[in-house]
Formats: sequence, C-alpha cells, structure tokens
Amino acid sequence: MHIDLRTVSIKPLRHTFDHVARRIGGDKPASRYQEGTFDLQATDNFHYRPTWDPQHDIFDASRSAIRMADWYAFKDPRQFYYGAYTLARAKQQDTAESNFDFVESRGLAADLPVELRDTVLKLLVPLRHVAWGANMNNAAICAYGYGTAFTQPCIYQSMDQLGIAQYLTRVGLLLGDVEVLDDAKAAWMSDDAWQGLRRYVEDSFVVKDPFELYVAQNVALDGLLYPLVFEAIVDDVLAAKGGTAVAMLTQFMTDWYGETKKWVDATVKTAAAESAANKAQLEKWIAHWRDRAAVALLPVARIALAGGADAALEDVVQQFNTRLAKAGVAL
Amino acid sequence: MSTVFIALQANEDTRPIVEAITADNPQARINEAPAMVKIDAEGRLTVRRASIEERIGRDFDLQELHINLISLSGNIDETDDELTLSWHA
Repeated sequence: MHIDLRTVSIKPLRHTFDHVARRIGGDKPASRYQEGTFDLQATDNFHYRPTWDPQHDIFDASRSAIRMADWYAFKDPRQFYYGAYTLARAKQQDTAESNFDFVESRGLAADLPVELRDTVLKLLVPLRHVAWGANMNNAAICAYGYGTAFTQPCIYQSMDQLGIAQYLTRVGLLLGDVEVLDDAKAAWMSDDAWQGLRRYVEDSFVVKDPFELYVAQNVALDGLLYPLVFEAIVDDVLAAKGGTAVAMLTQFMTDWYGETKKWVDATVKTAAAESAANKAQLEKWIAHWRDRAAVALLPVARIALAGGADAALEDVVQQFNTRLAKAGVAL
Repeated sequence: MSTVFIALQANEDTRPIVEAITADNPQARINEAPAMVKIDAEGRLTVRRASIEERIGRDFDLQELHINLISLSGNIDETDDELTLSWHA
C-alpha cells in the first residue's frame, strides 16, 4: 500500500473580530489581550438610570473629572487579561510558598533577633488593614470607572492587594502567634503611629471620582508605601540587621510593586498626554494625595527607622517625583 | 546573498517575538502557516531582546525563545541582548 502525505494549508477566513480589527487596522492576528479588552465595556441599551445615582448612567464616563476621547487609549504594558494574569500570579505564588517553606523549615524565623522580630510585627502586620483598603478601593475603581482598558487591571490589582494582606498575615503568624493579629488590629485602631494612615485609607473610601481614587490609592499611597516599607526598610535596613529572612517573606510585595508601577505609570502618562486639562487635574490630585500620604507614612516609618525616618521618606518622595515627571506629570 | 530563516510556533508567546523581528528586520518576509510562523530574510536576521521586552512589559531572557522554536538556518551569533542569524562566508 502506498500512502502519500500531503500538507494542506488552510487560510483562516478572518484573523480577529471586526471591532478589534477596526482598532488595530486591517485583518491582522490580534493578541489575546487586545481581544480581551477592546470595547468590552457595555455602552448601549440602558433604559433606566440607577436609583442610587440618577445623575449618571449605570456606566458613565462623566463620573470622573478626567476626560478621554477614547477610554481604550489606556494600555496595560503587562498585557494582563484573565489568562495571562492568573498564570503570572500562580508562578509568583509558587515562589512565595517555597520562600515561606524555606524560612519555616530551617527555623530562620526563630533565629531573628528579638528586637528585630518585634519591629517587623509592629510594622508589617497592621499594614494588612491598608492592603484591605486598597482591595476595596480598586474594586470601587473597577465598578465606577469607564472602559475595560482602564478598569480591568484594577480588579487584578484588587485581588493582588487581598493576596498581600494574606501574606502579611502569614508573616505575622510565622513570627508570632494568633494574638499578633489582635495586637496589630488594636494598633491600627488606636495607636498614634497608625492614625494618620488609617485616616488616609478611610478618607479614600469616600472619594467618588474613580480616577481620583486611582491617584489616591495606586499612584500616591502605593507609590510611597511600597518603596518605603518593602525596599528602604525591609530590603535595606532590616536585612542589614540580620533580617534577610523577612526580605524573603516579602519578596512578592517587592516584585509586585516593580511590576505594577509600570502599569500605573503608563495609565498616568496616557491620561496626562490626552489634554492640558487632564494634566492640570492630575498634577493637583497627585500633589495633594502625595503630601497627605507622606505625612501619614512618617510615623509608620519611625517604627523601624526612628531618627532616620525623615531622611528615608524624603528620599522616597524624591524618587516618586522623578518617576511621575517621566510619566509627564510635573510636581 | 543567501537566505536565513527562523520558524516559530504560532501562539500567544511568539506573537510579540514575531512583531519585534518584523520591526527590527525590514528585509524579513513573514510566512504564516497553520500553527507556525516562518520568517525568511536575505543575508541576516536579528532578534533583539529589548524590542521583545518593549512589547511584553516584562523582562525577557532570549533563551525563552527556544521553548517555541521549531527550526532555524544560518550561523548563530548569540549574546544576552541579541540573536543574529547569518551565513559566515
């Protein structure tokens, strides 16, 4: 018997959806990110306005003072859609799990100097309440913001913050016992060092404009908190005092911040480049929330740095300004 | 001059790589076959790490290329930043 192998190439009739093709031009193969983002926001056939906010449509771009001709101008440089996002985080979670295993199995937590351990518990565990606030805020931006390109990454950010709250809780449980969580809650509720930050978080809950909330949470607060706590304090100061194990336990936060800030910068840059009015509005918001965040974080930095807190914070603010200048917002 | 080529599986991982190669090598011809992209170029073809990173928004190790690589032809000149195919005369 004789068999002939023959290759047949099949030309696809079309490479992507029409609405995606209209945006990227021509019938080209589109990325999953483009297909999972463009024009997914529901826009038509809303007959009734929400009873809880009759001034606006259910999905309404005018909830924000930021004006965009096209809300799909935003682009997530990480190109996260559901698949890419979950894969990336699953990989990071594996790393985090093995870090926790490493620290636990070798008893590194028990080897930490007592004073250092106390500092870590006092500084890191109450931060889980901040992360919970960030979770709420990002869910709110996703709910009230407009356009999938802008809102989609916010719900990922929201989930990430929930994960961070859980990691911080585990750090507490690894270094101490269940009562460290109660102590941290008590500190968060009544310790003077935390009241400025708590006020900031609670005030952000009532910010109505989704883009202002984005600035207050993702740009200003995270933009100062993460470099200050996880880079300046944990990775530099505490590691030098024998707290390398702590740096391992918070590796996710350091990596995560490095990654998400690219997205935050891209978002700010796109909005600021759209119009002079947007730029002016962003400058006003960012300066306002940056100054508030800096004041709120100073007493928190003192927990670990005592006298060095002012200098460290000043450094972080300086870096923040440089970063935002690159994104087109002069502060 | 003779032709070099690189053939990659056509999937979500290679899309930004193909885009980067197309942008960096104006002489390249893209042939899209089912499940495969074959890129032919006269003389030489360069894959640049920086151009790929620009498109995926994360760090990229050029060795990751091999996961989706089907075949290539030409002498390889490889550094951390670039992979170049050409025929050493």
